[in-house]
Amino acid sequence: MKDILKDLNKAFENKIRLGIMSALVVNDHLDFNALKDLLDVTDGNLASHLKYLEKHGYVSIKKEFINRKPNTKYYATAEGREAFRKHIRAIEQLLK
Amino acid sequence: MEKEKYLNDLKEIKDMMSRSSRFISLSGLSGIFVGIIALAGAWAAWQSVYKNLDLNGYGQTLLSNENLTQLLVIAAATLVLSLAFGIYFTTREAKKQHQRIWDQQTRRLLVNLVIPLITGGILCLMLLFDGFAGLMPGLTLIFYGLALVQASQYTLNEIRSLGMLEIVLGLVAVYLVPLGLLFWAIGFGILQIVYGIVIPLKYKS
Repeated sequence: MKDILKDLNKAFENKIRLGIMSALVVNDHLDFNALKDLLDVTDGNLASHLKYLEKHGYVSIKKEFINRKPNTKYYATAEGREAFRKHIRAIEQLLK
Repeated sequence: MEKEKYLNDLKEIKDMMSRSSRFISLSGLSGIFVGIIALAGAWAAWQSVYKNLDLNGYGQTLLSNENLTQLLVIAAATLVLSLAFGIYFTTREAKKQHQRIWDQQTRRLLVNLVIPLITGGILCLMLLFDGFAGLMPGLTLIFYGLALVQASQYTLNEIRSLGMLEIVLGLVAVYLVPLGLLFWAIGFGILQIVYGIVIPLKYKS
């Protein structure tokens, strides 16, 4: 039981962060607006959760310009994918 | 309770994964209409050109300029009408489901659909002008099927099986050239109508 709980990740306990990771692991990348539409949250809220995931090394960021407008792309890092996979598996174990 | 929260989390994860990576607002009506247009197109092609053709296996059958023009006009009309109905019904469905019609998912879906289709289209035109009219039904089915299989990663899973069936029908149509148009009508007409009816029923529940 303890082993299972160890894989449950605090970072993914939050609904929005869970949503961000779910979307990023099945897509190569998503930009800020795509994430905002999917999750239906405010700019500030989304930005702070993305920052949290970035700080933990689960999400990486690439900034570029499209038609001179800044556009930020978000990627799930290898570490983030691994942690997320473990988190899901722990949930599944827990529900058994 | 803890358990309930985690069950919810799992549901949320699945939902977000499919919503973020797949275009799910396929319209059944568009399948049905496109199928009917295809049947009409096949009938027109049969009446005007294929009925009088002596299709001998894989060999060249030189079409008269008149026949060639008729065939191209029928093909173009079928294509344009199908696209128009497809786009109309799909946009309507997306609006109903509050899904955006032009975003990363639809772009990916279209790019993957279009690459095999354009390739097949160009190849078919080249062969048609060289007189291989008998191969057209089979080849168009094969490339359409490949496009569907390719695009199915970005939309409903059922599209994959539709694509495989089209490929099989296409191969049979190339093998049995004299019956090619019949298989074309089954693949583009009847199969699409059937899928147009079955898929919405499945997702309604």
